[in-house]
Amino acid sequence: MNYKYFPHTEADIRHMLERIGVNSLDDLYADVPESIILKKDYDLPSSMSETEVRDFFRKLGDKNQSLTIFAGGGAYDHYAPSVIPQLISRSEFLTAYTPYQPEISQGTLQYIFEFQSMISELTGLACTNASMYDGTTAAAEAMLMAVAAGKKKNRVLISETVQPNTLEVVRTYAKFHGVQLDVIPAQDGVTDKAAMEQKLEAGDVAGVIVCSPNKYGIIEDFTGFADAIHAKKGLFIIQADPSALAVLKSPAEWGADIACGDGQTLGMPLNYGGPYVGYLSCTKDLVRKLPGRIVGATKDVDGKRAFVLTLQAREQHIRREKANSNICSNQSLMALYVTIYMALMGKQGLREVNELSYSGAHYLHDGLIATGKFEELYDRPFLKEFTLRSLLPTEAVQQKLLDNGIFGGIEVEEGCLSFCVTEKRTKEEIDQLIAIIKEM
Amino acid sequence: MKYYDKLIFELSKEGRKGYTLPENRMKEYALSALSEGLKRTNEPELPEVSEFDVVRHYTNISNKNFGVDTGFYPLGSCTMKYNPKINEEISSLPAFACLHPLQPASTVQGALEVYYNLSHALAEIAGLEEFTLNPFAGAHGELTGLMVMRQYHMKRGDLKRTKVIVPDSAHGTNPASAAVCGLQVVEVKSKPDGRIDVEDLKPLLDDTIAGIMMTNPNTLGLFESEVLEIAKLVHACGGLLYYDGANLNPLLGKCRPGDMGFDIMHINLHKTFSTPHGGGGPGSGPVGVTKALVDYLPNPQVRKAADGTFYLHHSEDSLGRVSGFVGNFAVMMRAYTYILSLGKEYIKYVGPLATLNANYIKESLKDAYYLPIEGICKHEFVFDGLADKSTGVTTLDVAKRLLDYGYHAPTIYFPLLFHQSIMIEPTETESLETLDEFIDVMHRVAKEAIECPDDVKTAPHHTPVRRLDETTAAKHPILNYRDLMAL
Amino acid sequence: MSKVIEGLYYSESHEWVKVEGNYGYIGITDYAQHALGNIVYVDMPDVDDEVEKDSEFGAVESVKAASDLISPVSGTVVEVNEALNDQPELLNQDAFANWIIKVELSDSTELDSLMDAKAYEAICKE
Repeated sequence: MNYKYFPHTEADIRHMLERIGVNSLDDLYADVPESIILKKDYDLPSSMSETEVRDFFRKLGDKNQSLTIFAGGGAYDHYAPSVIPQLISRSEFLTAYTPYQPEISQGTLQYIFEFQSMISELTGLACTNASMYDGTTAAAEAMLMAVAAGKKKNRVLISETVQPNTLEVVRTYAKFHGVQLDVIPAQDGVTDKAAMEQKLEAGDVAGVIVCSPNKYGIIEDFTGFADAIHAKKGLFIIQADPSALAVLKSPAEWGADIACGDGQTLGMPLNYGGPYVGYLSCTKDLVRKLPGRIVGATKDVDGKRAFVLTLQAREQHIRREKANSNICSNQSLMALYVTIYMALMGKQGLREVNELSYSGAHYLHDGLIATGKFEELYDRPFLKEFTLRSLLPTEAVQQKLLDNGIFGGIEVEEGCLSFCVTEKRTKEEIDQLIAIIKEM
Repeated sequence: MKYYDKLIFELSKEGRKGYTLPENRMKEYALSALSEGLKRTNEPELPEVSEFDVVRHYTNISNKNFGVDTGFYPLGSCTMKYNPKINEEISSLPAFACLHPLQPASTVQGALEVYYNLSHALAEIAGLEEFTLNPFAGAHGELTGLMVMRQYHMKRGDLKRTKVIVPDSAHGTNPASAAVCGLQVVEVKSKPDGRIDVEDLKPLLDDTIAGIMMTNPNTLGLFESEVLEIAKLVHACGGLLYYDGANLNPLLGKCRPGDMGFDIMHINLHKTFSTPHGGGGPGSGPVGVTKALVDYLPNPQVRKAADGTFYLHHSEDSLGRVSGFVGNFAVMMRAYTYILSLGKEYIKYVGPLATLNANYIKESLKDAYYLPIEGICKHEFVFDGLADKSTGVTTLDVAKRLLDYGYHAPTIYFPLLFHQSIMIEPTETESLETLDEFIDVMHRVAKEAIECPDDVKTAPHHTPVRRLDETTAAKHPILNYRDLMAL
Repeated sequence: MSKVIEGLYYSESHEWVKVEGNYGYIGITDYAQHALGNIVYVDMPDVDDEVEKDSEFGAVESVKAASDLISPVSGTVVEVNEALNDQPELLNQDAFANWIIKVELSDSTELDSLMDAKAYEAICKE
């Protein structure tokens, strides 16, 4: 049993068994019924040396295709500054446990406080927790918050224009938690306000979930939403791309009570879907309903400024079945990732990221229309992602792009493809995409 | 080293920047054209700092942290083992890290193969049929597993099974997950030896029971020896058995939850399979099930076609979707690397060596700390405070004093069965020398409790900050920089 | 030693009721506030909410514990003690002087099932 992760020598084991008063390692399992003791090796591959491990994954990696990304759909190919992976792989951050011992966890607690502060700046809502798993589960938790705050009210409205995976996750949580989820239809690519008001009239609505930019990439105008929802004592929940919030009207400015979303747009690698980082912000009035860990500022006995996990009596380890949520582990290291990103970029950098993405996306949009192979679906404002009606078979377009090493054109609805341009896409790459389509 | 306690905002100076971006060559399309009504009117106050400011700031605050690489974590129920460095290298390989989650299956065959092979390796280790790797963390796995349980009953039209049995010693996430899943929690009592009281369980079993959640070894580190009897009883009443995998580590190589009669379980990759805790996440909480339950797992599911290629499958009977995409993929890369590194030859020693380490500490310290339940434990055990309680030194004081000696504190005041619980789990990656040093320090603290109790009661003394005013923090929460400055 | 006051009705879950006409003021006992330690938050119902005997109507939180508030009587909430929002510590300072909610009793016979000071004092000593 001599392996590099086990420091035990034969002599160590003998000495330890003696202290315990048993003869063998097997004796440590004497209380396990004999019939369930495993009497064979697992059917697993043989141990690999480090060189073999590297070769193995290099070969597996060759089975993937690195593509130029012109797609969004909830995951975006933004620029990732080189500083970040270096800093977050410091052992003191990477191998730390949850900061339950504040005296030796100030590093973690401080960056969470910075994360909360920065996300609150973007959403405009004062209270942000230490992170959620991703943007979809953050929306589901926002729904649970609304239901908890709404006491006996058990209906939640969700716009059809949210990303399809968000709708599916929220639907799953609603089904099992016993929340009556009602979908507000879309009208011309945006949430149908009249339909929402009608559904609000029916009563019993604890909250309304909308998304902007939405699944078509459209920036929605929520004028009048907050008043209509608050008039019925519901909570207004906006799912928003935090990167875009550097320039777009914030959830607080729209009158939202809760904001949620995915921090992946803040420079995180695509990583085939995770880890990303969900965020959840709310007004001060709702802070007791906010799930998960929250860091607050305080002082130590010597009067030094310090940070600590606070409001813990809401959480599962204390409230058990009465907790707002079951969340325990979150995406802490990823919260550090986006905190460093936001520190590096600052308000000016984030603005530039949006300006570059906006320019590129609109350049591509007009270029595609000009090919005559696409036409406008909904003529509405967008930022970095947009959807067009394809006059060519969508699968043929997707395949043609793939053949040229491009991933683009997500079929948002039948015959309609969405494209996304971030600051990483060059004019040459965009021109190439347009040229490929033109040739079809 | 000088004490550093600035916030990044306090380094900010107008006009500084920490990034470079390419020049905008498509300026004719300007964001300024966007209607004013859709734009924000106030700028978010993000810091303006140089790249080096950022590097030094986060390096400095990292120095105020303790991690597995810094020192020993005798932390019960959290399995803080060594996080191998090769796992980190592999997880960030560009050939995987640059993949968009919606790329067509044909372009992500390597990633799908990792997912598929890891899920099948876990199934072999667990003695179950199939795993989903979509859940993001242990608690998320619990929730997903309970959804599988409910989906199974619902699909059979058995709608009255809305209760789940949870032992009084269970992790807090168990009842909390049940509540989120819409299940009513029924508590089953522990016997004085900490194991489930089968006699207390029997009358609870009827046709309203969806199932039972168990942790085995339980939160006292004891193997539930009557697990086979419990499985028989629960199955006989039509319920399913859920296994909380938080304590799986000691069973590696020795026994499998599937063989004990469990139908559903989750595994914490960030515990048993050595992926780093990252200061509280990301974790990963794969959920495994028996053959009868495979179709109920969340969508999408990764399947292998007859021609050997992999694809994403959407099952009609699935409970639905629980994650945006297929979970914390980069965490899976680490866990798979760990399993391949150890291989079948070495992974089987993880459990026995973890158990050896725990029993060694227990036997070495039971003179100075009160051991309420004698006998062999598994990967962890619980003391009920100091043996000598006359000094007034509490479990909290002992825990805080350990920080002064360069150790992380054990898990304290959990499980709730004892008033002064100190829960210790050393893991298999700690050496005899590390354990002996820890044992010496624990004895020293016990002695200090008698000789100079005030030193212990006011500990820690040598940490970056000392005991905090948590009452004011909770009474008047200051949760962001803006509010901190407004004070 | 925790304080117990004569003339109030007590429940086993450590709440008290002070009856004035058809109204009852509900609070937690000195024993309960001692057991919890520094109280940081009181979760209270809204005016007009219905409370039911032996059902939870809120919670009291300290830094690392929380305790449900169980109503000793049924009725309608007519007032909540707003002062506790800013100063939850009032419950630590004097648990009997600071009621949590005022309820219009719907069934005064429920009071018969509660304890008097003497009986409650005996429970606290157990």
